Amino acid sequence: MQHQCAGQRLLAEYRYEPPRVARGYANQTLYIDLSSNTITARPVDDQMKRTFIGGRGFGLWLLWQAVKDSTRWDDPENEVILASGPIGGTTTYPGAGKSIAVSISPLTGSVIDSNVGGYFGPLLKFAGWDAIEVQGIASEEVIVFIDGNRGLVQILAAPDEPTDSYVLPEQLVERFASSPEQRRAVSSVTAGPGAEHSLMGILNVSFYDVRRQFVRLKQAGRGGIGTVFRHKRIKALVVKYEGIKGDSNAPADYADLAAVGSKMHHEICVQDPVMNDMRGGGTTMLTRLMNDFDLLPVHNFRFGSHQQAPRLYKSEFTPYFSLGIPDGCWYGCTLACARSVDQFTPRTGPYKDQVVHVDAPEYETVAGIGSNCGIFDPHAVLEANFYCDLYGLDTISFGTSLAFAMECYEAGILNRERTGGLELHFGNADAMLEILHQIAANEGFGPTVGLGVRQMKGIFAEKYGADPQFLQDIGMECKGLEYSEYVSKESIAQQGGYGMANKGPQHDEAWLIFMDAINKQIPTFEDKAEALHYFPMFRTWFGLNGLCKLPWNDVEPADNKKKHPPRVAARVPEHVDNYIRLFRAVTGRTDVNEPEDLIRMSEPAYNLQRLFNLRMGFGTREHDAIPYRSMGPVTSEEYESRAERYDAQLKEAGIDATGQTTAQKVQLLRQHREQRYQQLVDAVYKRRGWTPEGIPTAETVRRLGIDFPDVQDLLRRHGVR
Amino acid sequence: MKVLVFSPELCDIQRGCEETCSRTWFKEVNHEKSAIRILSAEGKVTASICTQCGQCIDVCPTLAIQRDKRGVVRINKDLCVGCLSCVGFCPYGAMRIHPDSTVPFKCVACGSCVKTCPTGALAVVDLPDAPLTATEKRHRGEV
Repeated sequence: MQHQCAGQRLLAEYRYEPPRVARGYANQTLYIDLSSNTITARPVDDQMKRTFIGGRGFGLWLLWQAVKDSTRWDDPENEVILASGPIGGTTTYPGAGKSIAVSISPLTGSVIDSNVGGYFGPLLKFAGWDAIEVQGIASEEVIVFIDGNRGLVQILAAPDEPTDSYVLPEQLVERFASSPEQRRAVSSVTAGPGAEHSLMGILNVSFYDVRRQFVRLKQAGRGGIGTVFRHKRIKALVVKYEGIKGDSNAPADYADLAAVGSKMHHEICVQDPVMNDMRGGGTTMLTRLMNDFDLLPVHNFRFGSHQQAPRLYKSEFTPYFSLGIPDGCWYGCTLACARSVDQFTPRTGPYKDQVVHVDAPEYETVAGIGSNCGIFDPHAVLEANFYCDLYGLDTISFGTSLAFAMECYEAGILNRERTGGLELHFGNADAMLEILHQIAANEGFGPTVGLGVRQMKGIFAEKYGADPQFLQDIGMECKGLEYSEYVSKESIAQQGGYGMANKGPQHDEAWLIFMDAINKQIPTFEDKAEALHYFPMFRTWFGLNGLCKLPWNDVEPADNKKKHPPRVAARVPEHVDNYIRLFRAVTGRTDVNEPEDLIRMSEPAYNLQRLFNLRMGFGTREHDAIPYRSMGPVTSEEYESRAERYDAQLKEAGIDATGQTTAQKVQLLRQHREQRYQQLVDAVYKRRGWTPEGIPTAETVRRLGIDFPDVQDLLRRHGVR
Repeated sequence: MKVLVFSPELCDIQRGCEETCSRTWFKEVNHEKSAIRILSAEGKVTASICTQCGQCIDVCPTLAIQRDKRGVVRINKDLCVGCLSCVGFCPYGAMRIHPDSTVPFKCVACGSCVKTCPTGALAVVDLPDAPLTATEKRHRGEV
């Protein structure tokens, strides 16, 4: 064995003739069962492509068939699935290298999807596989290796490899690349020790940076898929494929692909510097914007801004970044938001005082671990980012969970005795880092935080007698998943965007705050419901195709706002047209002509995911309920911090609050807002073709072609005819 | 560094240079496959030619674009993944793509068109080197 060093045992091997990718598809998926060391190919037929397109759609469909209604995240039949999508692997258009991971989540107990950059998905497809599904639990630690040029899949025993995602991906590149030039042909998926001792483990997907000459990481962060990965005793999935070209995806119309791609590159060249400067600072520019609009989570989402927030602005981070380098996480992504800190010295932990490199923080990390925990210290945020990646932890779930624990500490629910001596005040960066190290080491209070907000609520109520209603109000989770980092209090549409998101409150389905609360473009419930149909479906489309959302609206054509009225401009029509061209050019499908065709393309996968939730015991109206902290002020302190705004809103709603105490006003406002949320839910369910309980109707599933016998049976069991 | 320069006042706008270029590099006469393009509008003649500024070096994700010993910016076809970032980011619109190939092309100051230009409107000259790109500085250990 060329790649096997002494002592590396081969547990299973499968040889195949690598198929030629045709019009975006390899037309087969790779199935691996670690319990029995089975490796097989499964065909992808036209109906699967028509109905579920690829990426997240394929992941959902494969998992739907793999699990039982009773499957828990740690059961052998649960799977970790990664898939690209038909457009995935395109090099000519920015943001076309995403992989979408799907599994049953340890946090939510239901199906989760999480998208990630890096080279894995595209290389996997060019190796001959539209998706990889890994089922079973290995009896010993393993690495799965796919050689796409030789047509070889191996399961290798991996007893001695580290799990640390700072070291392991580098080792894998050295081990599986036959020459220095081949390093960029190797991509791995790894997790880390934190993923083993928490429910918020991530998948790190690697790519080799030819300029910096080290391995970079991108993260499938949401929902604890890394925890499932480590529970299966997988140390790494590795794919190697050499020979990427501009037509590796075998597009139907390369000329148009080249035309639309180079047009978009040029637009980014001209527009990015005058718009968001993603090439200069990635998403860190959002901190200032969110703080300015009172949307930056501060102290567990109590407030939307803070006087120290400028310490977390982009300008505090850019001096750390090495610039002048094309920082796309897949070839041809000229929006290039994947910044890197090439030299960083942690103050704590196993890499204390060593010079390391860190993939630069996203806004979510800055807001989640920074402002939301009251930590206005860019070095501490970078250090937490470094250790979260290395340990395999989701910075969003970690930040939101820690912020919750900190509020519980300040409310007296936790104390030093209960935290093992840690003073979990807002702003305590040392305690934050200590919690991270504790999760990785499975010691102390850290692993409790690593269970996430939902489980902490139960533990604090049961063990410490905390008021369950208070915990429910301030615990920023829905469906078991922690909120991503935007304050939704003033945008009811965004409250719905979070509450009705299939996987839980992640902003990748809808981000409507400006449209709704700032620009007032969707005033009625029907308008909001339309937005909560269009945008989740539109954004789902990216996940079906292996695309990143950012080049859609984080850069816009110069005339976008002049050419279109605001509500239309928010959809960025020229870019939507680009995507139609892109899809047609790759797949050759001529029946896709207008924006509505993209929306219709997403509906089957989106609705199957909703039904998947139902099947796993969720998926009804009660599970779309959101914590009041995401809707309005829970405490008098919060109310008083923005009393003028809330008083005016009560007045506007015709509620007489004269002479009322703040506590009474909090209640009045709450009744009003909670009622409006229910009205919104009604409108959205109707627009999506769901029952008032939030279940897709029989007519909807028929229309979408997902009225499979088991779906019909599921609907019958829930009284839907 | 060697650069192809154009003197508009001498040009006869017959575009023989475009034919020479495509014949030299693609073995066919096809103006769409010429690295030099003569543009004429409102009585003004210009040429779209690579200035060898090297900005494309910094946008190439695979280090496929490098400067050779003559100071000319060149594309290594083996390393190119056809992303066309360089096409979109060229400040002069002088990096080109033709759908017959996934690898872009550009003027490499070979001088073929200079030899066939009947009016002497083209010349390959030695100009002072362009400022080092970020990639070149990094390569020299200056970053």
